[in-house]
Amino acid sequence: MSREDYEVVMGLEIHAELSTKTKIFCSCPTDFGGEPNTHCCPVCMAMPGALPVLNEKVVEYAVKAGLAMNCEIAENCKNDRKNYFYPDLPKSYQISQFDKPLCNHGYVEIDTKDGKKKIRILRIHIEEDAGKLNHDEYGRGSFVDLNRAGVPLIEIVSEPDIRGPEEADAYFKKIKSILEYIEVSDCKMQEGSLRADVNVSVRKKGDPKLGTRTEMKNMNSFRAIQNAVNYEAQRQIEVIESGGKVEQETLRWDELQGKTFSMRDKEDAQDYRYFPEPDLGMIHISKEYIENVKKTLPELPESRKKRYIEEYKLPEYDANILTSSKYFSNLFEGAVEKCGSAKAVSNWIMSDITGYLNENEIEPEKIPFTAENLAELITLIDKGTISSSIAKKVLPEMFEGEEKSPREIIEKNGWVQISDEGAIKEVVAKVLEANPQSIIDYKAGKDRALGFLVGQAMKETKGKANPGMLNKMFLEELNK
Amino acid sequence: MELYELTVHELQEKLDKKEINSQDIVKSYINRIDEKELEINAFITTRKEAALNETMQKENAIPIGIKDNICTKGIKTTCASKMLENFVSPYDATVMENLNNDSIILGKLNMDEFAMGAATEYSAFKKTRNPWNLNKVPGGSSGGSAAAVAANMVPWALGSDTGGSIRQPASFCGVVGLKPTYGLVSRYGLVAFASSLDQIGPITKDVTDCAILLNKIAGTDEKDSTSSNIEKRDYTKAIGKSIKDLKIGLPKEYFGEGINEEVKKAILDVAKKYEQMGAIVEECSLETTDYALATYYIIACAEASSNLGRFDGIRYGYRSSNFNNLKEIYSKSRSEGFGPEVKRRIILGTYVLSSGYYDAYYKKAQKVRTLVKQDFKRLFEKYDVLLTPTSPTVAFDIGTKSNNPLEMYLADICTVSVNIAGVPAISLPATINSEGMPIGFQLIGNHFAEETLFSAAYAFEQENKFREKYKPEFKK
Repeated sequence: MSREDYEVVMGLEIHAELSTKTKIFCSCPTDFGGEPNTHCCPVCMAMPGALPVLNEKVVEYAVKAGLAMNCEIAENCKNDRKNYFYPDLPKSYQISQFDKPLCNHGYVEIDTKDGKKKIRILRIHIEEDAGKLNHDEYGRGSFVDLNRAGVPLIEIVSEPDIRGPEEADAYFKKIKSILEYIEVSDCKMQEGSLRADVNVSVRKKGDPKLGTRTEMKNMNSFRAIQNAVNYEAQRQIEVIESGGKVEQETLRWDELQGKTFSMRDKEDAQDYRYFPEPDLGMIHISKEYIENVKKTLPELPESRKKRYIEEYKLPEYDANILTSSKYFSNLFEGAVEKCGSAKAVSNWIMSDITGYLNENEIEPEKIPFTAENLAELITLIDKGTISSSIAKKVLPEMFEGEEKSPREIIEKNGWVQISDEGAIKEVVAKVLEANPQSIIDYKAGKDRALGFLVGQAMKETKGKANPGMLNKMFLEELNK
Repeated sequence: MELYELTVHELQEKLDKKEINSQDIVKSYINRIDEKELEINAFITTRKEAALNETMQKENAIPIGIKDNICTKGIKTTCASKMLENFVSPYDATVMENLNNDSIILGKLNMDEFAMGAATEYSAFKKTRNPWNLNKVPGGSSGGSAAAVAANMVPWALGSDTGGSIRQPASFCGVVGLKPTYGLVSRYGLVAFASSLDQIGPITKDVTDCAILLNKIAGTDEKDSTSSNIEKRDYTKAIGKSIKDLKIGLPKEYFGEGINEEVKKAILDVAKKYEQMGAIVEECSLETTDYALATYYIIACAEASSNLGRFDGIRYGYRSSNFNNLKEIYSKSRSEGFGPEVKRRIILGTYVLSSGYYDAYYKKAQKVRTLVKQDFKRLFEKYDVLLTPTSPTVAFDIGTKSNNPLEMYLADICTVSVNIAGVPAISLPATINSEGMPIGFQLIGNHFAEETLFSAAYAFEQENKFREKYKPEFKK
């Protein structure tokens, strides 16, 4: 049997750091970075006698996420202690939620090659992040930094509804996009504020029983997940095909070697001894509270998509990509409002901007210019101040240069389009003189010759000539 | 009469009249400490010079002794454990902040390691002796606090009570101790033993002092989510209120097997005296009593096993110098840093929370806890207070129980139900037995009914005059 005979079944546990100003159980700042152990207090350093107090914003943000992902919000829930020893966990227990999470039974929709698909969400719960260990490069030991200890997290646990790496990618991106839209997490994957534990199992197609799963922890890039899942699925299939059994275990994905490695031996199987956190009371959530949080939800991607299709008459494909990221969507709406041309804005985002981002491996949130800047660029083309080919040179400047205003960039570089009739006439004459063969070709009915001549004239003017006028004048001369 | 013999309200009167100042008081107590501490061993840390210096800024302050599991900024907080032998807290417990302006800390008081014990014999540093008889234990875990108050080495003290740790030593040492309603006093800065049971409370020479000290430490605290937000009360207003027609229940389970006959008789005498004073006394039944001790040890140990996880040798406290890897930092630091009773309870607590055992032990204990609460609730619909012995025996000889944990656990049998239910209870002396050791009794009240307890306790105290009749003899 080959890989095609197997189905890859996946579930994701996504951890997102919430962007509250203060930590979940104390008033220390959540800011990333900082000198080690400077964003700390007796509570998050687990000094003897210190007690946690739940940050209400954390509940609000988690409820917001739950609502945006179609979850039921629990009327009563509680915190539990998850006990284990590790130097980055100062209390030797993590305050999390065990059997009564804040949000239950939601779903999100993803687009697959077979159309829309619902991925069910089992639960979303709140918990605290651990600190960080910095391992000394000379092997003298490890240093504990507790700045991150107590930063609030939500863990979003999916049902095993995901089939294969493409769906995993779509699901993860969807969750990221929703969290960005509702502004509860900044989702900076490089800083570890969004990461996923990925459960993978394989089964023969048509088999109703799930296979034994393995778990890969702390994956923080889309690409790593794709590669890891591809590798791990193949490995499991090979184990089964060679008559073996997949062991349930936790694996570590090594991106450089492109392999998974077993992380813990089985005799170390953890018993977390969960029990209700006695230092915190029950969390009661009223219907009224939920309604109030609902009112703060911004328009979500699904609704925006619909609107783009109806209001701006964009194709569904375009609307999909534009709403895939809050940053695209806001850029789009902002620019359309200024310049009025939805189709043009959409095209710029879909082709040139996306192209630039992909080529340079930049996330949409890192786009350094504003919607006004993009609108200005489009307006300059519309008015004929610059040609589209010049505009394509302006865009990288907007990404890389200090100056973000297209008008300023054009002026600084002397890229204003030549629309002066005399000047253009001169260029046309010069190009015709230099290319007599093209004139003969054109007269012989080879229309391509015209394009060649226009191209030569553009080259001559470093792309600044008004292409419409060039076309028109070449035709006039050639048809004389 | 020496100043150290006075109660705090008597000292306060002299301060108010400007007959004395805080320096006079502190000096008197320092002299007394110098005289008696070698015999009693109540202190882990004394701060004689620092206390004297503080009298310059705080002319009207009253000195106090603090159990060594309450965090005091800049002063060692050891929990009587090798694990925290040199630990200095970077912050003050909320109760310390509440006390700061008009108090001077005389020292930190001995206790059972991490408050686990009933005789103060499980201190890693020293065994405290009972001022009434130096061969006897002072009770525990707040044995240092009770002994220091009884020996007049501090005018009053703070203790903590998880299963009887204020009331039982108060009873053994012939002083007054209150375990407040759970949530009345902030736990922020109390090194946690069992979070759902721990409460800080006063140990004092008499009931009036107890109400005054509770006034200072009670109150809601935004740093402790389990602190209740009931409005501030003046507990001294309850002092002197009539107890006519006060309904007192005598739960029969507290007078059965295992209760020393002399103790039983003394408590029944107390009941009679209350009747003579106009109260209505009736026998009643607290049916869950038999299950309370087992329930208590499951819940307390479960929480302790988790609470004490932070003592891992990583950030503060004892770290073994003899390790080869991370696992050994943990296992050796904890093996060497904790004493046997603490280890016993961590192991017990870890066991009852383990998968496969959780339902049979921890979950079941929580169910019984609900029943205990209901049991009390039912009784408080009928009675204002419940009257019981504080301990089934008087103070026992040093060394007789420390190697028998089960027998030591039985010393808590009269006190643990109160913590499980979260209700308040006060212990005060009734009389002395034939050997001259104090016998204490316990009054249990409904949630936040400390005022009723104070009224009832004060009325008895006035009638009984224990302090006038009996004094610790420092018998050798």
